[in-house]
Amino acid sequence: MPNPEDELIRRRQRERSRLLAILLGAFVVLMFAITIAKMGINR
Amino acid sequence: MTSIPITETQSLPADWRDLLALTKPRVMSLVVFTGLCGLLAAPVAVHPVLGFTAVLCIALGAGAAGALNQWYEADLDGKMKRTANRPLPAGRMSRQTALHFGVGLGAFSVILMDIAANHLAAAVLAVSILFYVLVYTVWLKRRTAQNIVIGGAAGAFPPLIGWAAATGDVTALPVLLFAIIFLWTPPHFWALSLFVRSDYANAGVPMLPVVAGVESTRRHILLYTVPMIAAAVAPWALGLTGWIYGAVSIALNAAFLVLAFAVLVNKATEPKSMRPEKRLFAFSILYLFGLFAALVADRWMI
Repeated sequence: MPNPEDELIRRRQRERSRLLAILLGAFVVLMFAITIAKMGINR
Repeated sequence: MTSIPITETQSLPADWRDLLALTKPRVMSLVVFTGLCGLLAAPVAVHPVLGFTAVLCIALGAGAAGALNQWYEADLDGKMKRTANRPLPAGRMSRQTALHFGVGLGAFSVILMDIAANHLAAAVLAVSILFYVLVYTVWLKRRTAQNIVIGGAAGAFPPLIGWAAATGDVTALPVLLFAIIFLWTPPHFWALSLFVRSDYANAGVPMLPVVAGVESTRRHILLYTVPMIAAAVAPWALGLTGWIYGAVSIALNAAFLVLAFAVLVNKATEPKSMRPEKRLFAFSILYLFGLFAALVADRWMI
């Protein structure tokens, strides 16, 4: 029978991994947007 | 092969909601707003993506400072009703996690600001984080009743950072915006500390009402309100803003002065009877929002 605390740890790890993936994706998009904006300003 | 239960090999990881709580989101809202206003009040057009990133960095920097403040003050927070349920004193997170999160977030915010805006904005952001953590939290808070007078400078940086991110320099107007928040902080926090005095006393924090008494704090509130009003009216009086800011500023400052007088004449010593103090505290938040909103309206509508 699974330990309830193990379940909680797994759930928190899953939630944090998902959140980290979303934040990393957002960071990549933001860096791309910053690069485009800076290129536009310098032109 | 038998698998080892996770609980035997590692402790419970922090919930992401607790990491978010570590950044003090409610305090951050005022920081973000004043930073955004500093950016929008600047006399140059900022690219929306770069402007958004600059405000994001101000928010992340404020979050990092909040996290490091909670890391250092976990023992104090545990002694006060208002803060006892924060992630660290409540035992929902390890201190090391809070420290790593705070340092990482702070470094990230400064580097990103440098990439998106300029060196000056990044440097002022770094100074503001270090000032809040080292000067206010570590050095002043537990040592002197003047803690929030000097420490208030940390919360006054955002409009300066916003302006610096937009223009790459610092002129008279952003310095005045800094002075407004710097001088607004003592009356704002002393009004709060009057009706949560016992909390601070129990935790051993030398806030003015604990050290100098209620009457002295009430006098100090009025004493600091006068230079705050002078700083708040100065941008209009010096011709740096138009009539919208001037009118709103005069109205808000008159109301602030009336409420500060109401606090001065109140003789209550029990928090239940401290309605003028609670009113001044609530109004002081509205005051700052109103003043900075008027600044932006003035810049864009005239």
